[in-house]
Formats: sequence, C-alpha cells, structure tokens
Amino acid sequence: MPLAGERYSLEVLTHRFADLPPALAPDEALADATRCLYCFDAPCTRACPTHIDVPKFIRQIMHKNELGAAKTILESNIFGGSCARACPTEVLCEGACVDNTLLQSPVQIGRLQRFATDNATARKANFFEAGPPTGKRVAIIGAGPAGLTCAHELRKKGHAVVVFEARDILGGLNTLGIAAYKISTEFALTEVELVTRIGVEVRTSQRIDGVGVVKLLAEFDAVFLGVGLGKTLPLGIEGEGLPGVWESLDFIFQTHTKPYSECEIGQRVLVIGGGNTAIDVATAAARLGAEEVTMAYRRGELAMPAFAYEVGLAKEDGIRLEFFAQPKRIVAGADGRAAGVEFVRTTQDAGAGRTGKLVPIPGSEFVLAADMVVKALGQEPLLDLLRSLPGLKLDGTKVGTDSATGATSVPGLFAGGDCVFGGAEIVDAVQGGKTAAMGIHQLLATDGPR
Amino acid sequence: MPDLSIDFCGIKAPNPFWLASAPPANSEYQVRRAFDAGWGGVVWKTLGSEPVVNVSSRYGGLDYDGRKLVGLNNIELITDRTLEVNLKEIASVKKAYPKHALIVSLMVESNREAWHEIVKRAQDTGADGFELNFGCPHGMSERGMGAAVGQVPEYACMITEWVKEASRIPVIVKLTPNVGDVTVVGRAAVRGGADGLSLINTINSIIGVDLDTFAPKPAVRGLGSHGGYCGPAVKPIALNMVSALACDPAITVPISGIGGIQAWQDAVEFLLLGSTSVQVCTAVMHYGFRIVEQLTSGLENWMREKKFEKLTDFIGKSVPRIKHWGDLDLNYKVVAEIDQSKCINCGLCYIACEDGAHQSIHWDKVSEPEYLAGVHSAQPRHSGGLQVVTGSGGGNVNKFTIKQDTCVGCNMCSLVCPVTNCITMKEIDTGKPPMSWKQYQELLAAGKVEKIQPPQHV
Repeated sequence: MPLAGERYSLEVLTHRFADLPPALAPDEALADATRCLYCFDAPCTRACPTHIDVPKFIRQIMHKNELGAAKTILESNIFGGSCARACPTEVLCEGACVDNTLLQSPVQIGRLQRFATDNATARKANFFEAGPPTGKRVAIIGAGPAGLTCAHELRKKGHAVVVFEARDILGGLNTLGIAAYKISTEFALTEVELVTRIGVEVRTSQRIDGVGVVKLLAEFDAVFLGVGLGKTLPLGIEGEGLPGVWESLDFIFQTHTKPYSECEIGQRVLVIGGGNTAIDVATAAARLGAEEVTMAYRRGELAMPAFAYEVGLAKEDGIRLEFFAQPKRIVAGADGRAAGVEFVRTTQDAGAGRTGKLVPIPGSEFVLAADMVVKALGQEPLLDLLRSLPGLKLDGTKVGTDSATGATSVPGLFAGGDCVFGGAEIVDAVQGGKTAAMGIHQLLATDGPR
Repeated sequence: MPDLSIDFCGIKAPNPFWLASAPPANSEYQVRRAFDAGWGGVVWKTLGSEPVVNVSSRYGGLDYDGRKLVGLNNIELITDRTLEVNLKEIASVKKAYPKHALIVSLMVESNREAWHEIVKRAQDTGADGFELNFGCPHGMSERGMGAAVGQVPEYACMITEWVKEASRIPVIVKLTPNVGDVTVVGRAAVRGGADGLSLINTINSIIGVDLDTFAPKPAVRGLGSHGGYCGPAVKPIALNMVSALACDPAITVPISGIGGIQAWQDAVEFLLLGSTSVQVCTAVMHYGFRIVEQLTSGLENWMREKKFEKLTDFIGKSVPRIKHWGDLDLNYKVVAEIDQSKCINCGLCYIACEDGAHQSIHWDKVSEPEYLAGVHSAQPRHSGGLQVVTGSGGGNVNKFTIKQDTCVGCNMCSLVCPVTNCITMKEIDTGKPPMSWKQYQELLAAGKVEKIQPPQHV
C-alpha cells in the first residue's frame, strides 16, 4: 500500500489536516458572544448532555474573563476542549439555540467553548484540586473519556483512583479515534494531562480480563468499567480477510500514531458504512491524498446515521456518496489483494428510515474498483469480557446500569461510556463518567471502612 | 485565593456586591434567593411609615442600536408593602443569613418623631445598618422627602442627626445626583454624623416619547412624569461623583458606589475610585440574581492577575490620579497610529476625524493588485470565475493613514475603531518639560514662555 508521503510532503499533509473549523480570533469571539441572548434556563444548557452553563460562559467571554469561562465549562465537563471540537453541536446546543428563532444563525457555541478552553490551556490555568483524602480507593478500567472523567470527579471528592489502560497511550478514542483535523493527537494528550494532574495514578499496557475485574473488586472499594467497544463489526462477506481491507479504527489510528507521511493510503478508497466514523475515514483518506474516495451505504441519504454537518464536510471534500448499495463480496485482483467490491442495489419502502426492510434487487450487481476498502459499520461490543463477569446483567449487548447512579448488577461495579450506550459521543461518555462518580461517591460515603 | 470580604463602617460582608434598594430587594423571597445566589449584602427597598400606591406602567427603557436597555427609567416609589410585613421579613432573613450584610433603607416625613419611630422599630430586626433615602427624584420629592432632602444640605444634615440620635447601628446616607456639587451635601451628611455615604441614586429624566401616541414613556393612561434614570449609561456620572467624594479631604467615611454596574470591570472601576462596596439594581432587574457569579469570578481572576490579595490592596488606588484640569501637562503629546496589518478598511476613523475632529487622517484609494501585494489580512476568494477581495469595491481598497504632523492626539479614532488594538496612541517626545495650565499662566505672565500656537488643521 503506498504511503501518503509519496504523494505529498509532510508539510503539505499537516496543512491538509489543519483545524476545521479554525479557532476564533479574539475580536471574532467577542462579536459572536454579544449575540448570545443570555437566556434563563437556556435550551442550550439543557440540550448539552453535561449541562454546561453555556450562557454564563459566553457572557464571561464577552466580559473578557476567559479564565472564568473556562472554569465554568470544565466544572461541568472536564473534556470541554475536545467536545468543543468534536460535538455535533447542530443537534445539541447550537441546534437548540434560540437565536435560530430570531431568524439569525445560532451562536457559535462550540467555537466559543474552544476559545475559552484554549485560552486557559495557553495560560496553564489549573482550576481543580483533589479533595481531602477519604481513604477510599477506586479502580477505573479504561482511560477513555468516561474513565478519566470518573477519575477526575472522584479525585475532587478526595478518593484515590488507579486507572488501568490496556494500550500504552491514554485517552481512548478521544486520542486515537476522532478525525485528526478535529482533535489532533497533541491536543488530546494535553487534555489527558489536564485531567490527570489532579493526582490520578495511571497504569498503562494493563489489559484487565474478567478474572482481573473480580480481583479489582476485592482490592478496591469500587470499580468503574469504561472499556468502550471492540473491533469494527464484520461484514460477513467473502474476501473480508484480503490484504487492503481495513477496519475503520485502524485506519484512523494510524493518523494519530504515525506521521501523516507514513500513513498507508490507497489510490481509490472505498469506505463501507454511513455513520460519522465512515465520514471521518473518508475525509482523512481525501486529506492523505487518495485520488478517489467513495462512501457506500446500503440505504439512502436520509437514513444515514452521519450528522448532516458531517455529510456536508464529505461532499465539500469531493467524496462520492453511493447509496442503496449493499456489499456482496470483496473482489481480489491478480496480486491477491483487494481490487474492488461487488454490490447489489437495494430498495426499501420510501419513508421507512433506518429500520425499514431492505430488499436486494436481483440482477442489479455492480462492482466498484478500489485498492483500499475500509469497513466502518460501527464497533462490536466486548462480549467476551462482559460475559466473563459473574453476575453482570446485560441490556442486550450493552452493560446494564441504573441511569441515576451508573451502578451495574454487580455490587461495587459501575459503568459508563460506550460500553453502556453503544457508540455515542464524547460528551455522553463524560456524563456517564460523572454519573457513575456520583453513584460511587454515594456508595463510599455510606460504606464503613473496609 | 483572593479575599473578597469587606468591612463597611463596621458592617461586614463576604463580598462587596450588594443589591441596591430597589424592586429586587423588595421581599424575603427575593432577598433569600439573592443571598443563595452569592450576593454579599442587600439594601432593603425603602421602608416608609405607610405603604405607597404605585402606578402602571412604571418603567421605560433606552435601547441602543439593537442592544436592549443601555438605560432604564422608573416612576416607581418606595415600598408598597406594610411596615409590619417588611420588618417581620427583615428579621427573618437576618436570622437565616447572619454573615450577610442586611441594610434597611428608610424614608419618612421630615420630622424628628417620624424618624425616631421608624429607626427604633427597624433596628430591632437585627439589621446591620440603615441607608437614608435622600434621593428618590419623583413621587416622594414632591411631598418634601427623598431628593427634596438630598438637594438641601441643611435638611440632609438635620435628618442625619435625628437618625443618629436614635440609631444603635451604622447610618449610611444615600445621595442624589440631581445637584450641582455632590460634595456639598456629602459634607453636610458627614457633619450630621453619617457613618458612610452611598451614591448615586437615580437621575432626573424622561426616557422617550412614543411617536404614534405622542405620550411620554412610560405612560399612565396617556400621561407621564419625569422619572429616575439608571443602568449602564449612568456609570460615568456615578464614577465622577464617587471620585469627587473620595478626593474631598473633608470626607473620610466609606463610600458605597452605585450606578450602572453590570460587568465585573464596572465594579472594579468603582472600587479603584474609592468605593468600599458596590450596589447593583438595573443589571439584576434585566438578567436576574445569577449575574453575581460572573461579577465575583471576574473580580477574583483580575485580583490574581494583579497580585492583589484583598480589596483594601487597591480600593482608592486611582483616586490620587484625579486632578483638576489645570494640573494636566500641556506638553504631553500623543498621536494616533494605525496598524495596517489589523485594519479592516472600514473608514470609520476617517469620517470621525474629518467631520468631527481635526482632519488628520489621510484617505488613499489603493488598487487591488497593489493592496494584495502589501500588508493585509484579507485573502481573495474565487466564485464563478470572479475574484472577491474583502474590503474592496470597484477595484479599490480604502487605505487610511494618520497625518501625524497635524494629529492633535484627541484619540477619537481609537474609540470608533471596531478592531482591538488597531489604532493606538503613541507618545511623541516634544523635547519640552512638563507644564500644566497653571504653570503656563505663571510663565506667560513672567515672559518666560512663548504663547502656544493653534494647531494646524485643513
């Protein structure tokens, strides 16, 4: 597989992965902040899964108190910097913004949030301190946004935490799995440091299996499960194992763990899937220099799980969207590598959405050529791990929890993030971590000493 | 962590942010919510011997180019609730919030018995102090109270004395701005025994006229009256009066600054000019008690940045800088300078200078190629085969430069420019020693300097 550096220099590639959208300049931030109406019981705050007091921080920006604005944000969401860059604001805060009903565009809440948090980072501001030690210890499995948020909240209450992370790098998908032009690796790791500097002990390269979880439950006063999801769901078709067929996460991981010039990129890239991860793959492929990038989805545009803003980005990058195309098999070339995908056209009742019955049209098969095929169908749950935990009740394939406390059916075991919600947003993982931290704190406050 | 606590003539509060005597401080329900939200003190809405009757409507607003309420005007009076209910609620709140400052504002008829009576009843609530309302400019002044007292120094002194005869707790006198020189009444109140002064109350005003009904705003069945003006627009008037008291060597009691505070910077300005506490009304009426979090957050972050640990580290720090005009240095010269890399070519500086100041900005039309080759912030965009350059029209971009040889340094351009730090004032070395107007008069009379020539304009 060719490397991106064969087509573009590292400098050009870095430019192609520049922040999108770019950061606001100070005067731009002020001008946008003045548009905020400062609503009471604001819809934007209610729409935010972490309930950041949005009008308050925007007014603090308007009054040139950027540190105050950053503290307001981080108090409710310690990953506010990442969320500012990656949240689908048009379905959350900005979608709810009342400025829309005054026939103006919404206040650019995401960009303003980034303005405030970037300012605090640049000034090395430190807002949070660990509470007085309680003597209790909590084990956190997984250093993604759910686990790290849970750890931070528990430290504020004075509990000791130890985070166990299977990889050798922290942040989970926040570091490795988001398009690099949204969250750069460098920024993600800065944010991890912001979280851990409150005094979080981290042990990397420690994969915890079912037996390990049970041991931790015995050694610690509580355990939080923030393990997320597993590998990309398989297509289940012939040719899936051919060289040149990639999993979406592996493709994005390489943009975070290697210099862009050393990333592998095909000339004609075919992405199978219609969600936000598929878009992240496709837009990254375009930036790495693929001559042609196509996304193939088995339903129509209106049924795509990807957010409209994301689909717009893909179209702007010149990515071809192929709809009603269901993959039948991956075709091998003479060199034994993937050379294309054979699709069959599908049809479904109009208006049936994402759950309507798909019917393949016989005889409608066609082949799209590609030297790189990337599967982006979502991630499968870590069922092996979950099923190995004695007494753990699942909700389908997700960990069952009490939505108010994050408690699972196993005493002392709490959970949050993607392993509970299925693949959701960073902001949902943060809220899951906060909820569980409150649940754990309540448990530890009523427990006697061990 | 900076310490925001204050001691105002013996009245302690956890922070300097107090609610002013006004509708937000009308009832126990509201005052409890204000304290819970983080306000350090409250001045209860003025009590009278009898409740008043108010009219509808009562408020008029001044909006400015699309922004709401740069000024607010009211024709509301003092409390419309009975003395009994108010006193009961004050006692209840004070008991529940022992560490917050609770001051009771009073206004009764101008006789000793009436003042003694209300003072004795009100101080039994456990309140921390009194504020005497000598400032209400409408409704009460016509009955010989409020501003009618605040405008006559002898009355202000006399009534303060009566109150001090009966009061066990500190007495703050609230001054009206509707006077020629606020230090005259200020000194009179201090002579009468005032422990502190607060100002400003509201300013005589008519906020507007309805162009369809021809009635003034607000209108009560088509008729109006002058009212009291407040809000962000009045801050400079209040700052001037606060500084006048702070600069007066005869006035050494603490000052509570009131007038248009809505952002944390406003409060700091009042403190730097000599206030020990600040009071807020209009911004709370506009946005609610929640604004106090931003006031304290902004103040704390500024104090940390400036390395101030407590408020007394900087209260009054700017007072020594307020001089008489005649003390200012005539030989200090600044001229404007435009940073072309930041300029957005809007032309506002040019027309302000050309029409309204000293015709010292040069206007050039620069062709697009020349503009793009030079220093600029705009990049061309292409659409449909056409090139678009921000700031360009008809193939030209306007370029503005200061004629520094004729610029008098008035700095109007720097005030109208929409871009932060695009126009700055640069000091020029005149080679002449400092010389105030007073010194200039002496030196001229002694024949030691030449007369200063008029500036060169068009």
